[in-house]
Amino acid sequence: MASFDWVSALLGGMLIGTSATLLLAFNGRIAGISGIVNGAIWGDARENWRWIFLVGMLVGGACYENFFAPRPTPISTFAPLTMIIGGFLVGFGTSLGSGCTSGHGVCGLGRLSPRSLVAVITFLTTAFITVFIIRHG
Amino acid sequence: MDKVQQQPQRKPSLKLKQNVIALFSGILFGFGLGLSQMIDRDRVLGFLDLAGKWDPTLLFVLGGAVGVTLISFRYVLRQPHPLLTRKFYLPSKKTIDLPLILGAAIFGIGWGITGYCPGPGITALVLGIFNPVFFLIAMLLGSWISHNSWTMIQQKFTSKEQN
Repeated sequence: MASFDWVSALLGGMLIGTSATLLLAFNGRIAGISGIVNGAIWGDARENWRWIFLVGMLVGGACYENFFAPRPTPISTFAPLTMIIGGFLVGFGTSLGSGCTSGHGVCGLGRLSPRSLVAVITFLTTAFITVFIIRHG
Repeated sequence: MDKVQQQPQRKPSLKLKQNVIALFSGILFGFGLGLSQMIDRDRVLGFLDLAGKWDPTLLFVLGGAVGVTLISFRYVLRQPHPLLTRKFYLPSKKTIDLPLILGAAIFGIGWGITGYCPGPGITALVLGIFNPVFFLIAMLLGSWISHNSWTMIQQKFTSKEQN
């Protein structure tokens, strides 16, 4: 694993915060990815901005990876079953808890929402415990 | 995709502007996830592994993002309405309830297993690997089941109360 690059991390985080700011300031929308995905698939079909945002995410990611990355992002493969079980829990949990790292973390904390603070503390705690059990249990 | 038909007849330019903002925000978001190395699941798992060789990257990412929104949202939400639409679409729920805590707890477990949350899970598709594909299909299934089962449970409880 390459050494930790705090400048890129901080700048990348600030871009994410700027993205959330633009979406709220112009469109009045929260940049919560789980909510955007669910809304895009099961929400009002006339609200096509969600699909456009998701396409933008792929364009932005591909743009970074192909033209700006100092080295290709390392790829680690996992058993498909692990991704499927974990993915299921992420979908189930974010839908039930109305948000993920972006909705509750980036946007909710920015709004000083008590619900989001509780959610962030809760999912960080269970994630820490899960990784501990998998790696050190 | 016939974009022209989907636009409302009255103000097509406004809808177009909103979509341009959505596209631009999406690009910034995806680029930010790439730059901050959040599409590298080992970075994320390294952060979540407190007992191992701890990787502080995610802390700086979240710090950078929340650092911006803490300041900007305060100003933005003080405006009477967003620049391109009539109102802010904010979450209406205010109470800290069981679905919130249970849902967040379950999400954290899935995050710890995979190293992906929804944003990086989607953006990691650009790496051309299968991990995010499996992840996303299962995520949609989980989301669908959660949405439907919770609605069912709630209906059961409310009908019991009525009896």
